[in-house]
Amino acid sequence: MTVNEPSFHSTPSGKATVKPKQTKSWVPALLIGIAIAYLALVQYIPALNVFIQAFSKGIGPFFANLSKPAFLHAAWLTLLLALISVPLNTVFGLCAAWAIARHNFPGKAVVLSIIDLPFSISPVVAGLMIVLLYGRNGWFGPWLQAHDIQIIFAFPGMVLATSFVSMPFVAREVIPVLEEFGSDQEEAARTLGANDWQTFWRVTLPSIRWGLLYGLILTNARAMGEFGAVSVVSGNIADKTQSLPLFVEDAYKQYETEAAFSAAVLLALLAVVTLVLKEILERKTRIKDVE
Amino acid sequence: MAISPSFEVDRETPGWKKFFNKLRQIPWTWRITFGYLTVMLFLPIAAMFLKASTEPPAKFWEIATSPLALATYNVTFVTSLLAALLNGFFGTLIAWVLVRYDFPLKRIIDATVDLPFALPTSVAGLTLATVYSDNGWIGSLLAPLGLKVSFTRTGVAVAMIFISLPFVVRTVQPVLQEMEHEIEEAAWSLGASQWQTFWKVILPPLFPTILTGIALGFSRAVGEYGSTVIISSNTPYQDLIAPVLIFQRLEQYDYSGATVIGMVLLIISLVLLLAINILQAWSRRYDSK
Repeated sequence: MTVNEPSFHSTPSGKATVKPKQTKSWVPALLIGIAIAYLALVQYIPALNVFIQAFSKGIGPFFANLSKPAFLHAAWLTLLLALISVPLNTVFGLCAAWAIARHNFPGKAVVLSIIDLPFSISPVVAGLMIVLLYGRNGWFGPWLQAHDIQIIFAFPGMVLATSFVSMPFVAREVIPVLEEFGSDQEEAARTLGANDWQTFWRVTLPSIRWGLLYGLILTNARAMGEFGAVSVVSGNIADKTQSLPLFVEDAYKQYETEAAFSAAVLLALLAVVTLVLKEILERKTRIKDVE
Repeated sequence: MAISPSFEVDRETPGWKKFFNKLRQIPWTWRITFGYLTVMLFLPIAAMFLKASTEPPAKFWEIATSPLALATYNVTFVTSLLAALLNGFFGTLIAWVLVRYDFPLKRIIDATVDLPFALPTSVAGLTLATVYSDNGWIGSLLAPLGLKVSFTRTGVAVAMIFISLPFVVRTVQPVLQEMEHEIEEAAWSLGASQWQTFWKVILPPLFPTILTGIALGFSRAVGEYGSTVIISSNTPYQDLIAPVLIFQRLEQYDYSGATVIGMVLLIISLVLLLAINILQAWSRRYDSK
Protein backbone atom coordinates (compact mmCIF):
# COMPACT_ATOMS: atom_id res chain seq x y z
CA MET A 1 0.00 0.00 0.00
CA THR A 2 2.77 2.36 0.94
CA VAL A 3 4.27 1.54 -2.42
CA ASN A 4 1.07 1.94 -4.40
CA GLU A 5 -0.33 5.07 -2.91
CA PRO A 6 2.40 7.68 -3.60
CA SER A 7 2.80 6.64 -7.23
CA PHE A 8 -0.92 6.95 -7.65
CA HIS A 9 -0.99 10.51 -6.48
CA SER A 10 2.31 11.82 -7.74
CA THR A 11 2.09 10.89 -11.40
CA PRO A 12 1.39 14.24 -13.03
CA SER A 13 -0.63 12.96 -15.97
CA GLY A 14 -2.76 10.04 -17.10
CA LYS A 15 -3.82 7.56 -14.45
CA ALA A 16 -3.55 9.90 -11.53
CA THR A 17 -6.39 12.01 -12.75
CA VAL A 18 -8.74 9.05 -12.92
CA LYS A 19 -11.05 9.21 -9.96
CA PRO A 20 -14.11 7.13 -9.20
CA LYS A 21 -17.23 8.64 -10.65
CA GLN A 22 -19.10 8.99 -7.42
CA THR A 23 -16.64 9.80 -4.73
CA LYS A 24 -18.51 9.64 -1.48
CA SER A 25 -16.33 11.19 1.14
CA TRP A 26 -18.25 9.63 4.00
CA VAL A 27 -17.63 6.07 2.79
CA PRO A 28 -14.02 5.73 4.06
CA ALA A 29 -14.93 7.31 7.39
CA LEU A 30 -17.87 4.96 7.82
CA LEU A 31 -15.81 1.87 6.95
CA ILE A 32 -12.98 2.90 9.26
CA GLY A 33 -15.55 3.52 12.00
CA ILE A 34 -17.12 0.06 11.58
CA ALA A 35 -13.71 -1.62 11.53
CA ILE A 36 -12.55 0.10 14.70
CA ALA A 37 -15.88 -0.50 16.45
CA TYR A 38 -15.72 -4.22 15.66
CA LEU A 39 -12.11 -4.46 16.83
CA ALA A 40 -12.98 -2.52 19.98
CA LEU A 41 -15.90 -4.81 20.85
CA VAL A 42 -13.94 -7.98 20.24
CA GLN A 43 -10.37 -7.06 21.17
CA TYR A 44 -9.62 -3.65 22.64
CA ILE A 45 -12.24 -3.44 25.39
CA PRO A 46 -11.52 -6.98 26.63
CA ALA A 47 -7.75 -6.32 26.52
CA LEU A 48 -8.14 -3.09 28.45
CA ASN A 49 -10.38 -4.86 30.92
CA VAL A 50 -7.55 -7.23 31.94
CA PHE A 51 -5.43 -4.36 33.19
CA ILE A 52 -8.20 -2.38 34.84
CA GLN A 53 -9.56 -5.39 36.70
CA ALA A 54 -6.10 -6.35 37.94
CA PHE A 55 -5.42 -2.89 39.36
CA SER A 56 -9.00 -2.12 40.44
CA LYS A 57 -8.04 -2.37 44.10
CA GLY A 58 -4.69 -0.68 43.67
CA ILE A 59 -1.09 -1.77 43.35
CA GLY A 60 -0.89 -3.31 46.84
CA PRO A 61 -3.38 -6.16 46.39
CA PHE A 62 -1.97 -6.76 42.93
CA PHE A 63 1.50 -7.48 44.31
CA ALA A 64 0.02 -9.42 47.23
CA ASN A 65 -1.61 -11.72 44.69
CA LEU A 66 1.64 -12.10 42.82
CA SER A 67 3.59 -13.16 45.88
CA LYS A 68 1.36 -16.10 46.77
CA PRO A 69 3.17 -19.45 46.56
CA ALA A 70 0.64 -21.02 44.17
CA PHE A 71 1.17 -18.17 41.73
CA LEU A 72 4.96 -18.24 42.05
CA HIS A 73 5.04 -21.97 41.44
CA ALA A 74 2.80 -21.60 38.39
CA ALA A 75 4.99 -18.83 36.96
CA TRP A 76 8.13 -20.88 37.55
CA LEU A 77 6.56 -23.92 35.85
CA THR A 78 5.52 -21.84 32.84
CA LEU A 79 9.05 -20.51 32.50
CA LEU A 80 10.46 -24.02 32.76
CA LEU A 81 8.06 -25.33 30.12
CA ALA A 82 9.18 -22.62 27.70
CA LEU A 83 12.85 -23.17 28.55
CA ILE A 84 12.59 -26.82 27.53
CA SER A 85 10.18 -26.79 24.62
CA VAL A 86 11.45 -23.69 22.81
CA PRO A 87 15.00 -25.06 22.26
CA LEU A 88 13.59 -28.48 21.32
CA ASN A 89 11.32 -26.98 18.72
CA THR A 90 14.06 -24.67 17.46
CA VAL A 91 16.40 -27.58 16.74
CA PHE A 92 13.58 -29.49 15.08
CA GLY A 93 12.40 -26.45 13.17
CA LEU A 94 15.86 -25.65 11.81
CA CYS A 95 16.48 -29.25 10.77
CA ALA A 96 13.08 -29.55 9.16
CA ALA A 97 13.41 -26.22 7.39
CA TRP A 98 16.84 -27.13 6.06
CA ALA A 99 15.72 -30.58 4.95
CA ILE A 100 12.65 -29.22 3.20
CA ALA A 101 13.97 -25.99 1.70
CA ARG A 102 17.24 -27.44 0.43
CA HIS A 103 15.84 -30.57 -1.21
CA ASN A 104 13.33 -31.20 -3.89
CA PHE A 105 11.39 -34.38 -3.57
CA PRO A 106 7.96 -35.69 -4.42
CA GLY A 107 5.41 -35.03 -1.72
CA LYS A 108 7.04 -31.86 -0.42
CA ALA A 109 3.62 -30.23 -0.03
CA VAL A 110 2.48 -33.23 1.99
CA VAL A 111 5.45 -32.98 4.36
CA LEU A 112 4.75 -29.27 4.80
CA SER A 113 1.14 -30.02 5.67
CA ILE A 114 2.26 -32.69 8.13
CA ILE A 115 4.46 -30.17 9.91
CA ASP A 116 1.47 -27.81 10.11
CA LEU A 117 -0.75 -30.53 11.58
CA PRO A 118 -0.36 -29.51 15.24
CA PHE A 119 -2.03 -26.20 14.32
CA SER A 120 -5.15 -27.84 12.96
CA ILE A 121 -5.48 -30.45 15.69
CA SER A 122 -7.54 -29.26 18.63
CA PRO A 123 -5.33 -28.83 21.73
CA VAL A 124 -7.67 -31.08 23.69
CA VAL A 125 -7.28 -33.81 21.07
CA ALA A 126 -3.50 -33.33 21.25
CA GLY A 127 -3.66 -33.80 25.01
CA LEU A 128 -5.89 -36.85 24.57
CA MET A 129 -3.39 -38.43 22.17
CA ILE A 130 -0.58 -37.98 24.69
CA VAL A 131 -2.76 -39.55 27.39
CA LEU A 132 -3.51 -42.51 25.10
CA LEU A 133 0.21 -42.98 24.58
CA TYR A 134 1.64 -42.50 28.06
CA GLY A 135 -1.38 -42.77 30.36
CA ARG A 136 -2.17 -45.71 32.63
CA ASN A 137 -4.08 -47.53 29.91
CA GLY A 138 -1.87 -46.21 27.12
CA TRP A 139 0.66 -47.95 24.89
CA PHE A 140 3.64 -47.20 27.10
CA GLY A 141 1.58 -47.11 30.30
CA PRO A 142 2.45 -50.57 31.67
CA TRP A 143 6.14 -50.17 30.85
CA LEU A 144 6.27 -46.71 32.42
CA GLN A 145 4.49 -47.96 35.51
CA ALA A 146 6.87 -50.88 35.85
CA HIS A 147 9.77 -48.44 35.79
CA ASP A 148 7.99 -46.00 38.06
CA ILE A 149 8.06 -43.15 35.56
CA GLN A 150 5.18 -40.72 35.68
CA ILE A 151 4.46 -38.72 32.53
CA ILE A 152 0.75 -38.01 32.62
CA PHE A 153 -0.33 -35.74 35.50
CA ALA A 154 3.31 -34.73 35.80
CA PHE A 155 5.82 -32.31 34.34
CA PRO A 156 7.08 -34.49 31.42
CA GLY A 157 3.56 -34.75 30.03
CA MET A 158 3.21 -30.98 30.19
CA VAL A 159 6.47 -30.62 28.27
CA LEU A 160 5.20 -33.02 25.60
CA ALA A 161 1.91 -31.15 25.28
CA THR A 162 3.61 -27.75 25.14
CA SER A 163 6.14 -28.91 22.55
CA PHE A 164 3.38 -30.45 20.46
CA VAL A 165 1.28 -27.30 20.12
CA SER A 166 4.25 -24.98 19.51
CA MET A 167 6.09 -27.32 17.14
CA PRO A 168 5.52 -25.79 13.66
CA PHE A 169 6.34 -22.10 14.27
CA VAL A 170 10.13 -22.11 13.70
CA ALA A 171 10.00 -24.44 10.68
CA ARG A 172 7.20 -22.41 9.16
CA GLU A 173 8.97 -19.06 9.51
CA VAL A 174 12.40 -20.30 8.43
CA ILE A 175 11.39 -22.34 5.34
CA PRO A 176 10.35 -19.34 3.19
CA VAL A 177 13.43 -17.35 4.23
CA LEU A 178 15.74 -20.25 3.38
CA GLU A 179 14.02 -20.74 0.03
CA GLU A 180 14.31 -17.08 -0.85
CA PHE A 181 17.92 -16.88 0.27
CA GLY A 182 18.96 -19.71 -2.04
CA SER A 183 21.90 -22.04 -1.65
CA ASP A 184 24.51 -20.21 -3.76
CA GLN A 185 26.41 -18.72 -0.85
CA GLU A 186 26.36 -22.00 1.03
CA GLU A 187 27.83 -23.79 -1.97
CA ALA A 188 30.47 -21.10 -2.32
CA ALA A 189 31.41 -21.53 1.34
CA ARG A 190 31.66 -25.26 0.85
CA THR A 191 33.92 -25.02 -2.18
CA LEU A 192 36.14 -22.76 -0.10
CA GLY A 193 36.51 -25.65 2.32
CA ALA A 194 33.99 -24.88 5.05
CA ASN A 195 32.41 -27.88 6.70
CA ASP A 196 28.66 -28.27 7.30
CA TRP A 197 28.75 -26.70 10.73
CA GLN A 198 30.84 -23.70 9.63
CA THR A 199 28.61 -23.16 6.63
CA PHE A 200 25.54 -23.18 8.84
CA TRP A 201 27.02 -20.95 11.53
CA ARG A 202 28.72 -18.38 9.30
CA VAL A 203 26.58 -18.28 6.16
CA THR A 204 23.11 -19.70 6.71
CA LEU A 205 22.35 -18.55 10.22
CA PRO A 206 23.09 -14.84 9.67
CA SER A 207 20.80 -14.77 6.66
CA ILE A 208 17.87 -16.45 8.39
CA ARG A 209 18.28 -14.77 11.77
CA TRP A 210 15.20 -12.54 11.55
CA GLY A 211 12.96 -15.35 10.39
CA LEU A 212 14.34 -17.58 13.10
CA LEU A 213 13.83 -14.92 15.77
CA TYR A 214 10.26 -14.41 14.59
CA GLY A 215 9.63 -18.14 14.87
CA LEU A 216 11.22 -18.21 18.33
CA ILE A 217 8.99 -15.42 19.62
CA LEU A 218 5.85 -17.13 18.37
CA THR A 219 6.99 -20.49 19.77
CA ASN A 220 7.66 -18.91 23.14
CA ALA A 221 4.31 -17.10 23.23
CA ARG A 222 2.41 -20.25 22.42
CA ALA A 223 4.48 -22.36 24.82
CA MET A 224 3.89 -19.99 27.73
CA GLY A 225 0.23 -19.47 26.89
CA GLU A 226 -0.96 -22.97 26.03
CA PHE A 227 -3.97 -24.03 28.03
CA GLY A 228 -5.99 -26.83 26.42
CA ALA A 229 -3.38 -29.48 25.76
CA VAL A 230 -1.55 -28.82 29.03
CA SER A 231 -4.71 -28.91 31.10
CA VAL A 232 -5.63 -32.35 29.69
CA VAL A 233 -2.31 -33.97 30.57
CA SER A 234 -1.38 -32.08 33.73
CA GLY A 235 -4.27 -32.93 36.00
CA ASN A 236 -4.12 -29.29 37.13
CA ILE A 237 -2.87 -29.80 40.68
CA ALA A 238 -2.16 -26.48 42.40
CA ASP A 239 1.49 -26.07 43.48
CA LYS A 240 2.43 -29.12 41.44
CA THR A 241 1.32 -29.26 37.82
CA GLN A 242 -0.31 -25.89 37.36
CA SER A 243 1.12 -23.55 34.76
CA LEU A 244 0.20 -19.88 34.62
CA PRO A 245 -2.71 -20.19 32.13
CA LEU A 246 -4.13 -23.02 34.27
CA PHE A 247 -3.70 -20.89 37.37
CA VAL A 248 -5.75 -18.12 35.72
CA GLU A 249 -8.64 -20.46 34.98
CA ASP A 250 -8.47 -22.20 38.35
CA ALA A 251 -8.46 -18.92 40.32
CA TYR A 252 -11.41 -17.69 38.26
CA LYS A 253 -13.40 -20.87 38.90
CA GLN A 254 -12.64 -20.53 42.64
CA TYR A 255 -14.09 -17.00 42.54
CA GLU A 256 -10.67 -15.47 43.23
CA THR A 257 -11.20 -13.09 40.35
CA GLU A 258 -8.53 -10.64 41.46
CA ALA A 259 -5.87 -13.33 41.67
CA ALA A 260 -6.94 -14.52 38.25
CA PHE A 261 -6.63 -11.05 36.75
CA SER A 262 -3.29 -10.38 38.46
CA ALA A 263 -1.84 -13.47 36.80
CA ALA A 264 -3.63 -12.61 33.57
CA VAL A 265 -1.83 -9.26 33.48
CA LEU A 266 1.51 -11.04 33.32
CA LEU A 267 0.34 -13.20 30.45
CA ALA A 268 -1.15 -10.17 28.72
CA LEU A 269 2.20 -8.41 29.07
CA LEU A 270 3.79 -11.43 27.45
CA ALA A 271 1.36 -10.92 24.58
CA VAL A 272 2.22 -7.22 24.36
CA VAL A 273 5.95 -7.95 24.28
CA THR A 274 5.33 -10.58 21.60
CA LEU A 275 3.38 -8.13 19.45
CA VAL A 276 5.97 -5.37 19.83
CA LEU A 277 8.87 -7.68 18.95
CA LYS A 278 6.87 -9.03 16.02
CA GLU A 279 6.30 -5.53 14.72
CA ILE A 280 9.98 -4.61 15.07
CA LEU A 281 11.03 -7.75 13.24
CA GLU A 282 8.48 -7.19 10.51
CA ARG A 283 9.81 -3.70 9.93
CA LYS A 284 13.37 -4.98 9.86
CA THR A 285 12.58 -7.63 7.26
CA ARG A 286 10.49 -5.16 5.26
CA ILE A 287 13.43 -2.75 5.12
CA LYS A 288 15.65 -5.61 4.03
CA ASP A 289 13.20 -6.47 1.25
CA VAL A 290 13.34 -2.95 -0.11
CA GLU A 291 17.14 -2.87 -0.17
CA MET B 1 27.32 -42.72 -1.73
CA ALA B 2 28.12 -46.37 -2.01
CA ILE B 3 27.22 -46.65 -5.66
CA SER B 4 29.33 -49.64 -6.63
CA PRO B 5 29.85 -52.14 -3.84
CA SER B 6 31.29 -55.27 -5.50
CA PHE B 7 28.93 -58.17 -5.96
CA GLU B 8 30.84 -60.31 -3.50
CA VAL B 9 30.23 -57.90 -0.66
CA ASP B 10 26.65 -57.51 -1.66
CA ARG B 11 26.00 -61.22 -1.36
CA GLU B 12 27.46 -61.33 2.11
CA THR B 13 25.61 -58.40 3.67
CA PRO B 14 22.18 -59.38 4.93
CA GLY B 15 19.13 -57.38 3.92
CA TRP B 16 18.59 -55.61 7.22
CA LYS B 17 22.19 -54.44 7.24
CA LYS B 18 21.84 -52.98 3.75
CA PHE B 19 18.72 -51.22 4.93
CA PHE B 20 20.63 -49.93 7.91
CA ASN B 21 23.48 -48.70 5.75
CA LYS B 22 21.02 -46.90 3.53
CA LEU B 23 19.48 -45.33 6.61
CA ARG B 24 22.90 -44.08 7.68
CA GLN B 25 23.34 -42.27 4.40
CA ILE B 26 20.32 -40.11 5.12
CA PRO B 27 21.49 -36.67 6.26
CA TRP B 28 21.17 -36.13 10.00
CA THR B 29 18.83 -33.18 9.48
CA TRP B 30 16.32 -35.58 7.98
CA ARG B 31 16.88 -38.05 10.78
CA ILE B 32 16.20 -35.43 13.45
CA THR B 33 13.16 -34.15 11.57
CA PHE B 34 11.61 -37.57 11.18
CA GLY B 35 12.66 -38.74 14.61
CA TYR B 36 11.02 -35.76 16.26
CA LEU B 37 7.94 -35.98 14.07
CA THR B 38 7.62 -39.68 14.90
CA VAL B 39 7.83 -39.18 18.64
CA MET B 40 5.74 -36.02 18.80
CA LEU B 41 3.21 -36.50 16.02
CA PHE B 42 3.03 -39.91 14.33
CA LEU B 43 3.11 -42.04 17.48
CA PRO B 44 0.35 -40.09 19.26
CA ILE B 45 -1.85 -40.09 16.15
CA ALA B 46 -1.20 -43.81 15.67
CA ALA B 47 -2.07 -44.46 19.31
CA MET B 48 -5.33 -42.65 18.86
CA PHE B 49 -6.28 -44.46 15.65
CA LEU B 50 -5.44 -47.80 17.21
CA LYS B 51 -7.43 -47.05 20.34
CA ALA B 52 -10.37 -46.00 18.19
CA SER B 53 -10.11 -49.13 16.06
CA THR B 54 -10.42 -51.41 19.10
CA GLU B 55 -13.97 -50.13 19.31
CA PRO B 56 -16.39 -52.17 17.12
CA PRO B 57 -17.75 -49.93 14.35
CA ALA B 58 -21.30 -50.17 15.64
CA LYS B 59 -20.21 -49.10 19.11
CA PHE B 60 -18.07 -46.33 17.65
CA TRP B 61 -21.04 -45.02 15.68
CA GLU B 62 -23.28 -45.25 18.73
CA ILE B 63 -20.92 -43.15 20.87
CA ALA B 64 -20.14 -40.72 18.05
CA THR B 65 -23.82 -40.06 17.37
CA SER B 66 -25.22 -40.16 20.90
CA PRO B 67 -27.64 -37.28 21.52
CA LEU B 68 -25.18 -35.53 23.81
CA ALA B 69 -22.38 -35.83 21.24
CA LEU B 70 -24.65 -34.55 18.48
CA ALA B 71 -25.62 -31.58 20.63
CA THR B 72 -21.95 -30.71 21.20
CA TYR B 73 -21.24 -30.95 17.45
CA ASN B 74 -24.13 -28.61 16.88
CA VAL B 75 -22.74 -26.07 19.35
CA THR B 76 -19.16 -26.51 18.13
CA PHE B 77 -19.56 -26.54 14.37
CA VAL B 78 -22.60 -24.33 13.85
CA THR B 79 -21.30 -21.68 16.24
CA SER B 80 -17.81 -21.82 14.71
CA LEU B 81 -19.27 -21.46 11.25
CA LEU B 82 -21.36 -18.45 12.28
CA ALA B 83 -18.34 -16.86 13.97
CA ALA B 84 -16.14 -17.52 10.93
CA LEU B 85 -18.72 -16.10 8.51
CA LEU B 86 -19.17 -12.97 10.61
CA ASN B 87 -15.40 -12.58 10.66
CA GLY B 88 -15.33 -13.20 6.93
CA PHE B 89 -17.36 -10.04 6.49
CA PHE B 90 -15.81 -7.83 9.17
CA GLY B 91 -12.31 -9.24 8.67
CA THR B 92 -12.41 -8.36 4.97
CA LEU B 93 -13.67 -4.91 5.87
CA ILE B 94 -10.83 -4.44 8.37
CA ALA B 95 -8.26 -5.64 5.82
CA TRP B 96 -9.73 -3.24 3.25
CA VAL B 97 -9.60 -0.30 5.63
CA LEU B 98 -6.02 -1.11 6.63
CA VAL B 99 -4.85 -1.42 3.03
CA ARG B 100 -6.73 1.43 1.37
CA TYR B 101 -7.17 4.23 3.88
CA ASP B 102 -4.94 6.33 6.03
CA PHE B 103 -6.03 7.32 9.49
CA PRO B 104 -4.46 8.07 12.85
CA LEU B 105 -3.06 5.13 14.85
CA LYS B 106 -3.31 2.90 11.79
CA ARG B 107 0.03 1.21 12.45
CA ILE B 108 -0.94 0.35 16.02
CA ILE B 109 -4.32 -0.97 14.93
CA ASP B 110 -2.63 -3.03 12.24
CA ALA B 111 -0.21 -4.51 14.76
CA THR B 112 -2.89 -5.30 17.34
CA VAL B 113 -4.94 -7.39 14.91
CA ASP B 114 -2.63 -10.23 15.91
CA LEU B 115 -3.50 -9.90 19.59
CA PRO B 116 -5.55 -13.14 19.69
CA PHE B 117 -2.49 -15.04 18.41
CA ALA B 118 -0.35 -13.70 21.22
CA LEU B 119 -2.81 -13.54 24.11
CA PRO B 120 -3.06 -16.86 25.99
CA THR B 121 -6.51 -18.34 25.51
CA SER B 122 -7.31 -18.60 29.21
CA VAL B 123 -6.73 -14.86 29.58
CA ALA B 124 -8.96 -14.23 26.58
CA GLY B 125 -11.69 -16.40 28.08
CA LEU B 126 -11.37 -14.74 31.48
CA THR B 127 -11.61 -11.20 30.19
CA LEU B 128 -14.31 -11.90 27.58
CA ALA B 129 -16.41 -13.63 30.23
CA THR B 130 -16.01 -10.59 32.50
CA VAL B 131 -16.66 -7.94 29.86
CA TYR B 132 -19.72 -9.73 28.47
CA SER B 133 -21.16 -10.84 31.83
CA ASP B 134 -24.40 -9.28 33.04
CA ASN B 135 -22.53 -6.68 35.05
CA GLY B 136 -19.56 -6.32 32.72
CA TRP B 137 -18.74 -3.33 30.55
CA ILE B 138 -20.53 -4.53 27.43
CA GLY B 139 -22.75 -7.19 28.99
CA SER B 140 -24.49 -4.66 31.23
CA LEU B 141 -25.51 -2.71 28.12
CA LEU B 142 -26.88 -5.84 26.47
CA ALA B 143 -28.64 -7.25 29.54
CA PRO B 144 -31.55 -4.77 29.44
CA LEU B 145 -32.17 -5.89 25.86
CA GLY B 146 -32.61 -9.41 27.19
CA LEU B 147 -29.34 -10.54 25.65
CA LYS B 148 -27.24 -12.74 27.88
CA VAL B 149 -23.79 -13.39 26.46
CA SER B 150 -21.45 -14.90 29.04
CA PHE B 151 -22.28 -18.46 30.04
CA THR B 152 -24.47 -18.96 26.99
CA ARG B 153 -23.96 -20.11 23.44
CA THR B 154 -23.63 -16.47 22.35
CA GLY B 155 -20.63 -16.21 24.66
CA VAL B 156 -19.05 -19.22 22.98
CA ALA B 157 -19.59 -17.44 19.67
CA VAL B 158 -17.92 -14.28 21.01
CA ALA B 159 -14.86 -16.28 22.11
CA MET B 160 -14.73 -17.97 18.71
CA ILE B 161 -14.99 -14.60 16.95
CA PHE B 162 -12.11 -13.30 19.04
CA ILE B 163 -9.90 -16.28 18.31
CA SER B 164 -10.54 -16.51 14.56
CA LEU B 165 -10.61 -12.84 13.48
CA PRO B 166 -6.87 -12.45 12.68
CA PHE B 167 -6.99 -15.45 10.34
CA VAL B 168 -9.33 -13.65 7.95
CA VAL B 169 -7.60 -10.26 8.18
CA ARG B 170 -4.09 -11.67 7.75
CA THR B 171 -5.10 -13.87 4.83
CA VAL B 172 -6.97 -11.18 2.90
CA GLN B 173 -4.65 -8.22 3.65
CA PRO B 174 -1.56 -9.23 1.60
CA VAL B 175 -3.66 -10.26 -1.40
CA LEU B 176 -5.56 -6.97 -1.32
CA GLN B 177 -2.27 -5.14 -1.08
CA GLU B 178 -0.86 -6.74 -4.19
CA MET B 179 -3.95 -6.27 -6.25
CA GLU B 180 -3.42 -4.06 -9.27
CA HIS B 181 -4.76 -0.57 -8.84
CA GLU B 182 -4.97 -0.19 -12.61
CA ILE B 183 -7.88 -2.57 -13.00
CA GLU B 184 -9.93 -0.50 -10.60
CA GLU B 185 -8.96 2.69 -12.35
CA ALA B 186 -9.96 1.16 -15.67
CA ALA B 187 -13.35 0.31 -14.22
CA TRP B 188 -13.73 3.82 -12.86
CA SER B 189 -12.77 5.44 -16.14
CA LEU B 190 -15.38 3.28 -17.85
CA GLY B 191 -17.93 4.86 -15.59
CA ALA B 192 -18.39 2.23 -12.92
CA SER B 193 -19.34 3.46 -9.49
CA GLN B 194 -17.23 2.63 -6.47
CA TRP B 195 -19.71 0.03 -5.37
CA GLN B 196 -19.85 -1.59 -8.82
CA THR B 197 -16.05 -1.60 -8.96
CA PHE B 198 -15.85 -3.34 -5.62
CA TRP B 199 -18.59 -5.83 -6.36
CA LYS B 200 -17.61 -6.73 -9.94
CA VAL B 201 -13.87 -6.10 -10.14
CA ILE B 202 -12.30 -6.52 -6.72
CA LEU B 203 -14.45 -9.12 -5.01
CA PRO B 204 -14.38 -11.99 -7.56
CA PRO B 205 -10.60 -12.57 -7.51
CA LEU B 206 -10.56 -11.93 -3.77
CA PHE B 207 -13.30 -14.44 -3.05
CA PRO B 208 -11.15 -17.61 -2.81
CA THR B 209 -8.83 -15.78 -0.43
CA ILE B 210 -11.71 -14.69 1.79
CA LEU B 211 -12.97 -18.27 1.80
CA THR B 212 -9.50 -19.50 2.79
CA GLY B 213 -9.48 -17.04 5.69
CA ILE B 214 -12.93 -18.17 6.78
CA ALA B 215 -11.88 -21.82 6.59
CA LEU B 216 -8.72 -21.14 8.63
CA GLY B 217 -10.74 -19.26 11.25
CA PHE B 218 -13.39 -21.96 11.32
CA SER B 219 -10.80 -24.68 11.79
CA ARG B 220 -9.26 -22.78 14.69
CA ALA B 221 -12.63 -22.06 16.29
CA VAL B 222 -13.68 -25.71 16.11
CA GLY B 223 -10.62 -26.80 18.06
CA GLU B 224 -10.58 -23.88 20.47
CA TYR B 225 -10.75 -24.84 24.10
CA GLY B 226 -9.21 -22.33 26.52
CA SER B 227 -11.36 -19.29 25.89
CA THR B 228 -14.57 -21.15 25.08
CA VAL B 229 -14.49 -23.36 28.17
CA ILE B 230 -14.21 -20.33 30.43
CA ILE B 231 -16.92 -18.21 28.84
CA SER B 232 -19.32 -21.15 28.49
CA SER B 233 -21.39 -22.55 31.34
CA ASN B 234 -20.65 -26.01 29.88
CA THR B 235 -24.25 -27.09 30.25
CA PRO B 236 -25.03 -30.18 28.18
CA TYR B 237 -27.39 -29.58 25.24
CA GLN B 238 -26.95 -25.82 25.60
CA ASP B 239 -23.42 -24.54 25.31
CA LEU B 240 -21.26 -27.62 25.82
CA ILE B 241 -18.63 -27.79 23.07
CA ALA B 242 -17.05 -30.99 21.77
CA PRO B 243 -13.54 -30.36 23.21
CA VAL B 244 -15.07 -29.96 26.68
CA LEU B 245 -16.98 -33.21 26.23
CA ILE B 246 -13.66 -34.97 25.49
CA PHE B 247 -12.20 -33.42 28.62
CA GLN B 248 -15.14 -34.52 30.76
CA ARG B 249 -15.01 -38.07 29.40
CA LEU B 250 -11.30 -38.23 30.26
CA GLU B 251 -11.99 -36.99 33.78
CA GLN B 252 -14.43 -39.88 34.18
CA TYR B 253 -11.73 -42.27 32.89
CA ASP B 254 -14.00 -43.04 29.94
CA TYR B 255 -11.12 -43.39 27.50
CA SER B 256 -13.10 -44.91 24.64
CA GLY B 257 -15.74 -42.20 24.91
CA ALA B 258 -13.07 -39.52 24.79
CA THR B 259 -11.27 -41.25 21.91
CA VAL B 260 -14.37 -41.54 19.74
CA ILE B 261 -15.26 -37.85 20.06
CA GLY B 262 -11.56 -37.00 19.64
CA MET B 263 -11.46 -39.04 16.42
CA VAL B 264 -14.47 -37.17 15.06
CA LEU B 265 -12.75 -33.84 15.77
CA LEU B 266 -9.42 -35.06 14.37
CA ILE B 267 -10.98 -36.33 11.14
CA ILE B 268 -12.90 -33.08 10.69
CA SER B 269 -9.74 -31.02 11.21
CA LEU B 270 -7.91 -33.20 8.68
CA VAL B 271 -10.72 -32.67 6.16
CA LEU B 272 -10.57 -28.93 6.86
CA LEU B 273 -6.81 -28.93 6.35
CA LEU B 274 -7.31 -30.57 2.97
CA ALA B 275 -10.04 -28.08 2.06
CA ILE B 276 -7.81 -25.15 3.05
CA ASN B 277 -4.96 -26.49 0.90
CA ILE B 278 -7.31 -26.80 -2.07
CA LEU B 279 -8.70 -23.31 -1.43
CA GLN B 280 -5.19 -21.87 -1.27
CA ALA B 281 -4.28 -23.52 -4.55
CA TRP B 282 -7.46 -22.06 -6.03
CA SER B 283 -6.66 -18.53 -4.85
CA ARG B 284 -3.10 -18.80 -6.15
CA ARG B 285 -4.51 -19.52 -9.61
CA TYR B 286 -5.31 -15.85 -9.90
CA ASP B 287 -1.66 -14.91 -9.36
CA SER B 288 -0.58 -16.17 -12.75
CA LYS B 289 -3.31 -14.23 -14.53
